[in-house]
Amino acid sequence: MTCKQYVAVDVFVDLEGGLRPTVIHWEDGRRFSIDRVYDVRQAASLKAGGCGMRYTCRVRNRVVDLFCEDGRWFLDLSRRAQ
Amino acid sequence: MTRVILHADLNNFYASVECLRHPELRDGPLAVCGDPEQRHGIVLAKNYPAKAYGVSTGEAVWQAKQKCPGLRLVKPDMPTYLRFAQGVRQIYRRYTDWIEPFGLDEAWLDLSDCGSLEAGRDLADRIRRDIAFEWGITASVGVADNKVFAKLGSDMKKPDATTVLFPSQYRQKVWRLPVGELLYIGPATTRKLYNLGLYTIGDLAQADAALLSGLLGKWGLTLHRYANGLDASPVARDGARDPVQSIGNSTTTPRDLTTCQEVRITLQALCESVAARLREGGFRARTLQLGVRDKQLFWLTRQCKLESPSCLAEELFEAAYGLFVKHYRWEQPIRSLGVRADDLLSRESAVQLDLFCRQAKRLRQEALETTVDGLRKRFGYYALQRASQLSDPSLGRLNPKDDHVAYPGGYSPMSAEVKRRDL
Repeated sequence: MTCKQYVAVDVFVDLEGGLRPTVIHWEDGRRFSIDRVYDVRQAASLKAGGCGMRYTCRVRNRVVDLFCEDGRWFLDLSRRAQ
Repeated sequence: MTRVILHADLNNFYASVECLRHPELRDGPLAVCGDPEQRHGIVLAKNYPAKAYGVSTGEAVWQAKQKCPGLRLVKPDMPTYLRFAQGVRQIYRRYTDWIEPFGLDEAWLDLSDCGSLEAGRDLADRIRRDIAFEWGITASVGVADNKVFAKLGSDMKKPDATTVLFPSQYRQKVWRLPVGELLYIGPATTRKLYNLGLYTIGDLAQADAALLSGLLGKWGLTLHRYANGLDASPVARDGARDPVQSIGNSTTTPRDLTTCQEVRITLQALCESVAARLREGGFRARTLQLGVRDKQLFWLTRQCKLESPSCLAEELFEAAYGLFVKHYRWEQPIRSLGVRADDLLSRESAVQLDLFCRQAKRLRQEALETTVDGLRKRFGYYALQRASQLSDPSLGRLNPKDDHVAYPGGYSPMSAEVKRRDL
């Protein structure tokens, strides 16, 4: 199973140009709001196969890793697989 | 104070990036290759499983396929590799301002402020961890008190390892290595040293300096110092660049050239690119060099002085084509062509005027070509082309200026066509 799922994302851009993702749009049309962003850092995901700015987020009481890779966003689903 | 120099080498850089991006291909043999259709079909990088089959960098794709039938080929994606290289450089910048890149995937770092080689090793480990965590690729790092041995150290243990070479270990660890492993010693120098019976770095280090200078001149003394670990050359400051000494472009054409008209079309595109880059950099060239590689890979270069320093495509082309007609005998079809402008002058410096008033025409031509630069900048390279280029679409599509990849500083041993001084 692939652990890399590209998603559409609503992003809030602050005055300094910083990005904060707010909503994840799942491929079947469902929307998941991001309750909290715990951590933001450059990181790679060997399992998903990519790297970029990693936003560790809480969505519906689960922790997910959302990556912004060169302008495209993807979810690393390997946490779910564990 | 002991100098602490690191040499970091990203392992199989292009292939590692592709392995990260394609987890499904990671465990099998994989090679990043140029496009065989465009006749750029050589292996640019390979991963460790491919290496185990004997696939080597620089060989033709068909040869690699013969050695390893299951080899998966991936096209190179330069913008992504540049992004990774720049990201890794950002990591280096957290540790020091003294960063000297050597190609896209290698760099020297001066961390002398940390005080000792042991501390340098700890920092090297941290840098490797950062690179692996943030960019998902591995690096080998050599730590020594000079650049040459740091580079040697980074080649000793791969992948993902730190090697420290303490001065007390030189005899034991470095001197027994073959002399060809030392930086800057290529096959030709190796042969010369072999003829003197110098096979290892230790042999070179213990050789008589006068003998070496007799054989290789000043360079012999330099190599002697290197072999003894006495290289004192500093690591360049981050962002420092050598002054541009020449500007050149070359291309392997999509098919072999057999007529003068085809050569004219290709040279015109190359000269336009070189001239545009000269103008962009604010230079005029006094010398022009033409390179021709025939189908048998025989490489011929000829150069001439330009009548007066020039940044005009028309004048570069006249000189280049003149050299071609004078020196090429058409014994073989042509595989690649190159044009290089040397002996650069600033565009602002005084120019000896022509007695016969060609100057007015030259000024008009310069204004015209500058206008073309502007139009191409705004509307794209193909907005304005020469009619001759339209007559042969496959050759005429050449856009050396933008296709030319400017590596961010440093000489890349991968590509003989992009030289450090060929900015």
